Amino acid sequence: MSQRTRSQQRRSRTAASRQPRAPIFAALGDEVRLSLVAKLCSGRPHSISKLTEGSKLTRQAITKHLRVLETAGIVRSVHKGRETRFEFNPEPIAGMKQYLDFVSEQWDQALARLKSFVEAE
Amino acid sequence: MNDRIEKRIELKAPVSRVWRALTDYREFGEWFRVKLDGPFVAGQVSRGRITYPGYEHLKWEARVQKMEPERLFSFTWPHPKSIDKADYPADCSKEPTTLVEFKLEKTATGTLLILTESGFDKLPADRRLEAFRRNDGGWTEQMKNIENYVAKNPVAATP
Repeated sequence: MSQRTRSQQRRSRTAASRQPRAPIFAALGDEVRLSLVAKLCSGRPHSISKLTEGSKLTRQAITKHLRVLETAGIVRSVHKGRETRFEFNPEPIAGMKQYLDFVSEQWDQALARLKSFVEAE
Repeated sequence: MNDRIEKRIELKAPVSRVWRALTDYREFGEWFRVKLDGPFVAGQVSRGRITYPGYEHLKWEARVQKMEPERLFSFTWPHPKSIDKADYPADCSKEPTTLVEFKLEKTATGTLLILTESGFDKLPADRRLEAFRRNDGGWTEQMKNIENYVAKNPVAATP
């Protein structure tokens, strides 16, 4: 990773950390929203029409789901003329996964110590 | 996405032995690396200090939830915004918590220990991010230090 991208990443992560309490898990706990995130993961911003394509849901329903994801910081809206487009913001999910990985690693270490402790007799 | 951690580990020791290692505060302190002020009592706050090298500034503060002999031991504990010495909160009692559960099952060879930590969905996003902001890239190295330390200092046996 280059120095430049690294510092850019740090900046955006700092910005993300200032967000209000974002209910990331709740936002992702929904099939429709997960599928929207999957579509947006490809990287390019999509319009609401594009995101509604192939879905049984109405444009309004899709918009509502996108706003939930936006509140959680998982997607960002970008305005282009009169059109609103949505794009994926990986920071909250990456940060959350990193934290879980860290806590998980701590438990692996602690349980390994517990194992030697109880098996050493 | 998963909001919990689950670990299953087979221990070649009887359930009664594992139960004691988990719930006797001195034994717990040995392997967890914490110096606790007193015994665990269901419904009460357990206090102490982490004895892990480099983390001695961290306080141990957990509320014991359940103590069902040889079956279930659980507590809630705080996840402060930062564990860096400079930012560590003086009072952790208002920090959001997760639930830690140790479940024990008898097996042919000893004990199956199931650890779960849940409630990460209740932690604010800044908790999940801030912990890494200052340590960007530093954790891998830190983990290696810990591994080396554990390898060089096998835990002393017998209570």
